[in-house]
Amino acid sequence: MDYFLELFFSGLTRGSIYALIALGYTMVYGIIELINFAHGEVYMIGAFVGLTVAGVLTSFGFPATSIMVMASMAAVVYAAAYGYTLEKIAYRPLRSAPRLSPLISAIGMSIFLQNYVMLSQTSDFLSFPKLTPEFDFLEKYSSTIGSSDFLIITVAAFVMIVLSLFIKFTRMGKAMRATAQNRKMAMLVGVNVDQVISATFVIGSSLAAVGGVLIASHIGQINFFIGFIAGIKAFTAAVLGGIGSIPGAVLGGLILGWTESFCTGYVSSDYEDVFAFALLVIILIFRPSGLLGKAPVQKV
Amino acid sequence: MKRSLLALSCVLMLTVGLVVFGGEKKAEASAKTILLGVAGAHSGDLASYGLPSLEAAKLVVKAVNDAGGINGAQVVISSQDDQCKPEFATNAAFKLVSDEVTVVLGHICSGATKAALPIYKESNLVCMSPSATNPPLTQSGDYPNFFRTIASDDAQAALATDFAIDTLGLKKIAVIHDKGDYGKGFADFAKLYIEKSGKAEVVLFEGVTPGAVDYSAVVQKIKASGADSVIFGGYHPEASKIVSQIRKKKITIPFISDDGVKAQKFINVAGEASEGVYATGPRDITGNPMYKVALDQYKATHDGEPGAFFFEAYSATQALLKALERADSTDYEKIVYALRNQEVDTPVGKIKFDSKGDAIGVGFSMYQVKDGAYQEVK
Repeated sequence: MDYFLELFFSGLTRGSIYALIALGYTMVYGIIELINFAHGEVYMIGAFVGLTVAGVLTSFGFPATSIMVMASMAAVVYAAAYGYTLEKIAYRPLRSAPRLSPLISAIGMSIFLQNYVMLSQTSDFLSFPKLTPEFDFLEKYSSTIGSSDFLIITVAAFVMIVLSLFIKFTRMGKAMRATAQNRKMAMLVGVNVDQVISATFVIGSSLAAVGGVLIASHIGQINFFIGFIAGIKAFTAAVLGGIGSIPGAVLGGLILGWTESFCTGYVSSDYEDVFAFALLVIILIFRPSGLLGKAPVQKV
Repeated sequence: MKRSLLALSCVLMLTVGLVVFGGEKKAEASAKTILLGVAGAHSGDLASYGLPSLEAAKLVVKAVNDAGGINGAQVVISSQDDQCKPEFATNAAFKLVSDEVTVVLGHICSGATKAALPIYKESNLVCMSPSATNPPLTQSGDYPNFFRTIASDDAQAALATDFAIDTLGLKKIAVIHDKGDYGKGFADFAKLYIEKSGKAEVVLFEGVTPGAVDYSAVVQKIKASGADSVIFGGYHPEASKIVSQIRKKKITIPFISDDGVKAQKFINVAGEASEGVYATGPRDITGNPMYKVALDQYKATHDGEPGAFFFEAYSATQALLKALERADSTDYEKIVYALRNQEVDTPVGKIKFDSKGDAIGVGFSMYQVKDGAYQEVK
């Protein structure tokens, strides 16, 4: 039972990170039906900004907790700026182009950002300081769940709740939902669609940046390539849950995290990815639009 | 199949040619000069592995010729480029054989070496590689004409398991690898040696996915398996993640790894968690007297540091030429006898070769992280 619980929490930690990044994919897709493949790189840039800020603040002797908060905030600001700019230069000019063009542009941006960070920073792995306050749970649980796992899970849950409240009750949230439903109609009733799309990119990028700082502090190292694998996994999570659906992204992330964790625990980590992607294929066969996705309505 | 038949027929033609026409000429040639074949990647994307060997050979040959040559005969280099590609390696080998070289230094890559060896074997040519580490090249026993001055890949695994079982007295070992050629190869050999020893068991054998966001599930598994140590095959990014997560779970068992982890970078990234980690790495050769001689010779004519396998190639050339001198003939049997039975003082140490062709005395040492640096475990 202990073993099961340990795997459960390990999967939950992993799943929360996937969910945080998957939210960005799913929101952007929900609004402009674009898969933003550069999203994983925004996560990576968030982690790099976090590292820089943490390095500077550590040399001034700030306590770890305040460094964590400030590093996350700086990462959010930077990543939001990247998300905003990315949309403006790589996707907006192509908005009326065939759907394939912005997709190619997204892949291009992903490769560009990876190489840009590799050349301007370094291709080596860098050590990321442990910013999570160290505390122990009751002796019995201390090995089951660590303080950084706990932090990741609570932050992710908090962010997701805030996000769903935001979308449900604020003006911008309403505008987002309207744009997602029908962009042309939303424009006709006076929604500033450009603003809404920019806001979506900014919010999605901020969430990814929070995920980047959290996971970097959890595993203690980053390099320019971390965004690629995390991005692919988060994208899978978004598709699994039903791309375009916010609760779907969370559910998909958690299911993916648990699948990987339990497969490693009970079968073998050799087959971690095999099981994760086999699950994706099976779900897509029976529910082509994902677990919580709506089947697209044919417009005639 | 067709290709190997062609290769075989070419070899036969050449050897017949040698017997019929070559006898007289050869005897005459060897009285004045000795041809040293140097084969390896001298162009292409792997040239950085091959060119330092050519450089080393030139330096040794120059030193030998300046000192009066080998029993009065001057040494001349005949170099052949194989770009580390097996198909070019066979061409290079045919060319060297038809040039009637006395011995061959090379090839550089394991694949190219394997392709060329049957051709040298047919022609009774001694071939010595400074860099081909693939274990079967010597261990299969197929190539009695092959020697090398670098330890094979499995020597590391043997050292790591011996150390774990005999020195640390460990009984239950979890073997983890990164699924890559190098990491999995190391882990496979480690598993094999642990099982062979009969004194310890492998309680977990698993691959992890490089670049995954989190390894805590594997760490739980190590813990649940009741392992008293971990042997890891792979490179430092994965190793530092795994060892950090193990230490975070307050598991204090020894962590033993390979020369992919024996890098300062590992200590920088893993930080405190790296303290006490064991890793195998090439034996320190900087204390050998010949090391300094070779380095000085290089520095006298070149800028910067010598490249990959320079010292291994320097040692191999020395061993080959010394054996020729001691054999006092170009007879295959006599050269092999000299290589196996008489020690040579080289940059990698005082070496001679065992019956399979591996240099005795070349190899790996165990290192441990102490106070933020790797120190040799004596």
